[in-house]
Amino acid sequence: MPTLSSLLQYFLSGLTNGAIYALIALGFGIIFNATAIINFAQGEMVMLGALCAISLYHLIPSLPLAFLGGVFLVSLVGLVFERLALRPVRDPAPITLIIITVGAAVFLKGLAMLLWGKEAYSLPSFSGNAPLYLGAATIMPQNLWVLGLTAFLVLVLEAFFRLTLVGKAMRATAYNLRAARLVGIAVGRMVQLSFGLAAALGAGAGILIAPLTLGVYDMGTMLGLKGFSAAIIGGLGSLSGGVLGGLLLGLAESFTSGLISSSYRDAVAFLLLLLVLFLRPQGLMGGRR
Amino acid sequence: MLSGLGNRWVLFAGAVLAVAAVLSNEYYFTLLNFIGIHTLLVVGLNLLLGYAGQISLGHAAFFGLGAYTSGILTATCGVNPWLALLAGLVISGLAALLIGIPALKLRGYYLAMATLGFGIIVYIVLNEAQPLTGGPSGLSGIPSLSLAGFPLNTARRLYLLVWPVVGGILALSANLVDSRSGRALRALHDSEAAAESLGVDTSRMKLKIFIWSALYASLAGSLYAHSLNFIAPASFGFMFSIKLVTMVVLGGMASIWGSLLGAGVLTVLPEVLTVFHDFEVIIFGAILMVVMIFLPRGLVRGLMDLWEFRRYKRQGGQIV
Amino acid sequence: MKKIGLVLALTLLALSAAANAADLKEPYIIGGIFSITGPASYLGEPERNCLEMVVEEINAAGGLNGHPLQPVIYDDEGDVTKARLHAEKLLQKDKALAIVGPSLTHTSMTVLEITQKAKLPLISCAAGAAITSPAKDRFWVFKTAQTDQMAVSRIYAYCKKHNLTKVAILTVSTGFGMAGKDQLLGQAPQYGVEVVAQEVFGEKDTDMTPQLTKIRGSAAQAVICWGTGPAPALVAKNLKQLGLTIPLIQSHGVASKKFIELAGDAAEGIILPAGKLVVYKQLPDTDPQKAVCQEYAEKYQAKFKAPESSFGGYAYDAQRLLNAALTKAGSDPAKIRDALEGTRNFVGVSGIFNMSPEDHNGLNPEAFVMVKIHNGDFALID
Repeated sequence: MPTLSSLLQYFLSGLTNGAIYALIALGFGIIFNATAIINFAQGEMVMLGALCAISLYHLIPSLPLAFLGGVFLVSLVGLVFERLALRPVRDPAPITLIIITVGAAVFLKGLAMLLWGKEAYSLPSFSGNAPLYLGAATIMPQNLWVLGLTAFLVLVLEAFFRLTLVGKAMRATAYNLRAARLVGIAVGRMVQLSFGLAAALGAGAGILIAPLTLGVYDMGTMLGLKGFSAAIIGGLGSLSGGVLGGLLLGLAESFTSGLISSSYRDAVAFLLLLLVLFLRPQGLMGGRR
Repeated sequence: MLSGLGNRWVLFAGAVLAVAAVLSNEYYFTLLNFIGIHTLLVVGLNLLLGYAGQISLGHAAFFGLGAYTSGILTATCGVNPWLALLAGLVISGLAALLIGIPALKLRGYYLAMATLGFGIIVYIVLNEAQPLTGGPSGLSGIPSLSLAGFPLNTARRLYLLVWPVVGGILALSANLVDSRSGRALRALHDSEAAAESLGVDTSRMKLKIFIWSALYASLAGSLYAHSLNFIAPASFGFMFSIKLVTMVVLGGMASIWGSLLGAGVLTVLPEVLTVFHDFEVIIFGAILMVVMIFLPRGLVRGLMDLWEFRRYKRQGGQIV
Repeated sequence: MKKIGLVLALTLLALSAAANAADLKEPYIIGGIFSITGPASYLGEPERNCLEMVVEEINAAGGLNGHPLQPVIYDDEGDVTKARLHAEKLLQKDKALAIVGPSLTHTSMTVLEITQKAKLPLISCAAGAAITSPAKDRFWVFKTAQTDQMAVSRIYAYCKKHNLTKVAILTVSTGFGMAGKDQLLGQAPQYGVEVVAQEVFGEKDTDMTPQLTKIRGSAAQAVICWGTGPAPALVAKNLKQLGLTIPLIQSHGVASKKFIELAGDAAEGIILPAGKLVVYKQLPDTDPQKAVCQEYAEKYQAKFKAPESSFGGYAYDAQRLLNAALTKAGSDPAKIRDALEGTRNFVGVSGIFNMSPEDHNGLNPEAFVMVKIHNGDFALID
């Protein structure tokens, strides 16, 4: 029989992993909100952020610098990707775009493999390795950073999309491209901005989790797929839905592993995905599209 | 019907037989068998992508279901390989039906997401259910197929089964594409709204194609299991699903012969170019991106279109 | 004057060519299939390096009985289909006499199907039990990697000695992990050990706290983690995070400096079985493996400017075993096979090989030593 402290630990572990998925789901949501595209390369932004930061840290051992540098570099990658791979597309059918982003994900993974090899690299934790106790359950300070950033970002992004002009313009672009153009919104600029923003977000997530999970060239694939599942579960159009989806996914995985079986833990994300697609395709908090 | 296509098939049959007579090296036959098996996979996916405008990001799952059904039933339960192959078809078909019905009712790319999830779940199950599937180290002891008592236990003999099957499937697909339902399919790809206004039941058509593509994949899987006499889950993962999409994209969507080309090129190239290995992942990604950006109908079709376009302009044609 | 000089030069050239031709004997073609790229490249790359290194050395010394060695090496990328194609190629096109590799169990399983049919010796560098058993179906197949059975045997002997009778096992969902799990469950009774908890984790998983939490709630006196790659290092870190103080025993899959680097502080005190290569400097001089390991380590580092790899050692031993067989038997595959099977007391990096008709691996648990991680390095214990 699982004890209270075990259950609490499952809860905490689930929450902290869920926050990671939530951050990645946010990245999917931002791009979808502005362009109605699903960017399957989002997971690779996380990976690139982690590895760039690690390389920068090896050059200059300053965490803040590594963080900012990593986010900056990967944002550039996002912007370049949009400009080179998506802007010139002759026939922007959803299928075409899906294949392009999948291709980009594969390409970036291959590139990372050539640049960084297949080894795992570590990054020091931002505030040490001493676990914090909640009763008998523990949580690492780094996990608090992840949770904190997720909460902060949700608030900021919701405010951005709902209250600022630029944010509203971005949403308008996704809603109806032609109409947005007609009212004078620089559609191309909005799309590019959304990609840069999502890439920055992904990179930030990657750098935050690198001390916990280590940086490897192939860390982006599963994270991207699970983050995507989280976004669908919560509802693609809704940012807070993505966060909710992420947290739920993390908790589901943790409790499944602890209470049922650890063999099929990875399958949880995709079972939930199928369930949501079949029962409530707009997601838990989605209402649009 | 098959008239007009008749010449092409005679040529194809002739080529297949000629190769069988001329080559003597088992290595070449093994390679050709793999090309054939990949072609079966790609044709199905091609129909789905090119004619129904839908994508499956988890097609390796159907390949795996066919392979493992055949493998488990024959190696562990001693069932007749042909019956096992049929069982594989039934299982894959059912799975496709179960996923396709809810996913294809909705507009958009829900099938892509559903097949993504399904593909990963199947891979995880194949890997974890060790007592049933042999786990990550694979399932060995799969017997070879035999035709009327004649065992197909060399690559050359298997070739004589695989390629007629490939020919048959290609012919079947060409037939499908050119028939009334096929033309309806193409209409559907171009504009779902228009097709529906003409009375075409788009979701039913899409489901049909999806199931056909799953059946082709299952067939390919069974042939694969019996040709290697051994299968492991690693061959049926996400990366393989992406490789299949790359083969479709390379060969050209909505092109039956393009499937053969795409499968052939991307199976043979890594064998021939040893430099390829380190860059294989990057090259696949680049092909997907570059071809879809500039030649969204696929490489072969796109180049043919370009050629037609140039010729038209040279003849003084005007683009209205 | 010039003309005579030219004629003389040409004659000398012709004579020396003739002399060389008389010395030149047909090369022995050795096939190699390794996972040089792909997820298992940490196995395949050092293995390929070692094969080339040994062959180069032999050729520089004049070959085996005058026959140069000609290696033909292919990369299977960890893919079953590719491994199969390369094996066919080596047999049909390249006419190899024997094949060294592959690096993984599942690729080895598909290659041996062909080499058995073609009656050609295969020396695999993978450890799967099914590679060399049942012996009657593996007449032509050998392997040089130490088996999981031996590693588990050493671990349980250690547990018994230190009164750790209740253990929890945490294994990775790969071939390596599942083979380890089978052995851990199967051998427990004979050492009086009870497995009170069994959990699994994925190769790419990054958080094992739920599994460890469950283990914490059990009566386990030690945790045995079985995996390769970065995940076991994360297990060590998670263990520390959760405040679990029971000993952590790992598998030989983490017997590398990289593991210690990744696990950081959490590596301190971890116990594992390892091939002698990892601690050869601490071996007594009387140990016959010390000299062999030292030679291997120094040569590898000098040539490749990288730390010596235990995995590369599998190929190093395989090629040297093959060299001994070729020297004795010449180019007849059946005779080479017989010579391989007759190997006795062959001192390798991975252990001392004693092959027999029933045992085509030829190693015993003595191939492993128990080591403990202390101050960032491996220390020989027991």
